[in-house]
Amino acid sequence: MSRLPSAHPFDLLPPAERNYFERFGNGLVVVLPAQRPGPSEWGRGGPPHGGAWIHLGGDGKARAFTGKVEVGQGTRTALSLLVAEELHLPLSSVELTMGDTDVCPWDMGTFGSRSMPDAAQHLRLTGAATRVFLLEIAAAQLEASPGDIELLDGQARVKGAAGSRSIGYGELVKDLQRIELVPPSTEPTPPSQWTRAGHPAQDLGSREVVTGTRQYTSDLHPPGLLYGKVLFPPAHGSKLLGVDLSRARALPGVTAVQEEDFVGVAAPDPATAQAAMKALRAEWQTTAQPSEKEIVDYLRRHPTEGEDSWDVLHYETGNVADAFAASPVSLQATYTTAYIAHVPLETHAVLASWNGDRLTVALGSQTPFRARHAIAEALGLPESSVRVMVPPTGAGFGGKHADELAVGAARLARASGHPVRIVYSREEEFTQAYFRPMSVVDIRSAADKDGRLTAWEFHNVNGGSAAARLPYRVAHQKIDNQPTDSPLPQGPYRALAATANNFARESHLDELAARVHADPVEYRLRHLADDRLAAVLRAVVQRAQWVPRTSPVGPTGRPDGKGQGIAVGLEKGGRVATFAEVHVGPDRRLEILRMVTGIECGAIVHPSNLQNQVAGGAVMALGGALFEAIHFENGRILNPKLSEYPVPRFHDVPPIDVVLLDRPDLPSQGAGETPLIAVAPALANAIYDATGRRLRSLPLVPDGTVP
Amino acid sequence: MSPEQASTLPRAPVSLRVNGADHPISLERDRSLLNVLREELGLTGTKYGCGEGECGACKVLVDGVAVRSCITPVGEAIGRSITTIEGLAHGDRLHPVQQAFIDVGAFQCGFCTPGMILAAVSLLARNSRPTEGEIRAAMDGNICRCGGYLRIVEAIQKVAQSPSLADGGTP
Ligand code: FES
Ligand code: FES
Repeated sequence: MSRLPSAHPFDLLPPAERNYFERFGNGLVVVLPAQRPGPSEWGRGGPPHGGAWIHLGGDGKARAFTGKVEVGQGTRTALSLLVAEELHLPLSSVELTMGDTDVCPWDMGTFGSRSMPDAAQHLRLTGAATRVFLLEIAAAQLEASPGDIELLDGQARVKGAAGSRSIGYGELVKDLQRIELVPPSTEPTPPSQWTRAGHPAQDLGSREVVTGTRQYTSDLHPPGLLYGKVLFPPAHGSKLLGVDLSRARALPGVTAVQEEDFVGVAAPDPATAQAAMKALRAEWQTTAQPSEKEIVDYLRRHPTEGEDSWDVLHYETGNVADAFAASPVSLQATYTTAYIAHVPLETHAVLASWNGDRLTVALGSQTPFRARHAIAEALGLPESSVRVMVPPTGAGFGGKHADELAVGAARLARASGHPVRIVYSREEEFTQAYFRPMSVVDIRSAADKDGRLTAWEFHNVNGGSAAARLPYRVAHQKIDNQPTDSPLPQGPYRALAATANNFARESHLDELAARVHADPVEYRLRHLADDRLAAVLRAVVQRAQWVPRTSPVGPTGRPDGKGQGIAVGLEKGGRVATFAEVHVGPDRRLEILRMVTGIECGAIVHPSNLQNQVAGGAVMALGGALFEAIHFENGRILNPKLSEYPVPRFHDVPPIDVVLLDRPDLPSQGAGETPLIAVAPALANAIYDATGRRLRSLPLVPDGTVP
Repeated sequence: MSPEQASTLPRAPVSLRVNGADHPISLERDRSLLNVLREELGLTGTKYGCGEGECGACKVLVDGVAVRSCITPVGEAIGRSITTIEGLAHGDRLHPVQQAFIDVGAFQCGFCTPGMILAAVSLLARNSRPTEGEIRAAMDGNICRCGGYLRIVEAIQKVAQSPSLADGGTP
């Protein structure tokens, strides 16, 4: 894989020592160093990371580099459009390399919807600076001042001079070996002046997708490939006491490895790999684990300090206790969300190959630099000896961090002297990946005699703090979360805690609105403290033709069985409102008649992809809202198959009307997560309207009927 | 079941007709068609998603009808004509369903797309003017975890409404 001249990862060298020109040819290189993260809504920031660089070469192409990765969320095209925009190049002249640890800027990882606010901003700045240097170079060659030069589709020429000479970018830089830093004064093109970004564009690589020639990690098949398999414990909470590898090693061509906690085999064909796994004799020690039926209690009784201390929130304002005592109306309820699985259609996959003392790992991962670090540490190598690349990936949804898998493949490749590929089976994907954490949310609220919210107490057990803060004006608030010792492995998930917290808050607000006989939309608008969110809510109820609730919902709901629900949310800088209309018949079966979902995430870069992310996010959220749940008992996952763990299919999806609010005056925010968070509460609120039944636990209708 | 599951029965020489060419291969007759296409013939456009017939990522056409190759023993495909996603276009000219998926933007990660396209081709071959309900019913065995269902329906409708289907040619 590595045919490059010499191999020292760029991020481990100062810019002047990187062999840009040896690798990519003569040209102009412009570097934006790693950036210190700004005040962040999702954490305390971290070390400087990200940044970007662009190499403009003699072939007229701009090669741009970012440490973020594309795992199916469409950022490759969006980011490439921004580079094309700044450099006035056709999209086809931009080559974006993402997440290749040899040539890309060091990056913490692709999560938390940071690709648009961070990578996009960094590439825009780098592109804009490249343009300024290019104008100077063109001015010198065309004997004009930079202000008189215009750049158009890869050509530079003197403005207004009809028939004047034009020079291609490649021609301008072909003799250069120049490295510049992005000057601090650089200003990217404002979105209101965009001519490429923000306009319809076809996704890059589309032809490969529809012809089946796009190579995902699980498709890679170098000569000499061995098929790797990992020995996994029979249940969560088991410990390996010992393993006998001798019978596996006796099979033809099999390498079996036990290093630290890792046990695995590699074999020349899949059948032999399977046979080698069967030939392993492992002894496990199991300890009793809590099961699903006692899980809420268990989590409440097992608080921890929380390793992820960045995700511990303690927010207090006003005096909650006094406010409750003084308020005539109060309400208390608990809301839960189940553990659910990511189920990327491509399971976890890795290919590790050694070339001398250098290791190259192709990995479906959202954190390639973290994987590089983990591999180097586990195998006792300098980081500069490891290259991690991220081929096209069959989605991640927060679930593909994959460090351990990469380490295992590297161990097997080292022991066997062959490239080793490991692809999880679907069952392994269900049992070995981590889950979206379960949440238990306790809310207590109070209102005055006019129905105005006076106090709000919100406590999330285990699920995390994202989007727990109120977008509403309430004088007295106490909001916090409690990490626990979860019996199942849990980790990042598309819109993780925000889904749980938003479900709890927006359900509870609906309950309170009903209690004080207010229309759910009017009640939200009355309290919303965020004008942008209010604008999204108004746009959605208008499109949905919301019928204001003039009379309270009766104990059995509406006579025609139809109900409408609304919910809003604010997360990762984006604003969302979702409307749902449902029908519940005499057989209690739930039918979703239609949904409208609106989003505002600043300036829109790639409208078609945003539409896909919003509609696709809503569809994914339907699964967790309606029926997805991991079932478990004593450390074992009971439904580790698609036939036992349903995900949304064609027949589950109602018509979804997507409303995109473009704000060219505001910075672009990510939209991969926000569109999910208002779906479940909108549905729960609609079910309440239809039936008078308040459902406070996700999934709402595991068997399709309203209990 | 593993993505690379196979039996250990003795190998017998067989010939498999894939995308118009015969492939003499020596293999176990009850190995899955998916496994043979991917690991023996290098036709990796056919994807593994579940191995139990639930997701449709592994669909190929056998005599023009979409089947789930992960639960099809390769022995059943011998003597029949198999089309994988790699064999759908005529040279540079994409099949109308492929073109419609691009025009509509009907994928995100793209992993489900080969199976989706072949399921749609199979549907249109037997019903060239399906209603939306018929499309949803026929495609229900294919999962798109990125949630692109609405645009996939739109892409299929676009082909069904275009007069060019007949000459675009089903294989
Ligand atoms: S892999 Fe065959 S149906 Fe899923
Ligand atoms: S596009 Fe990712 S699974 Fe369909």
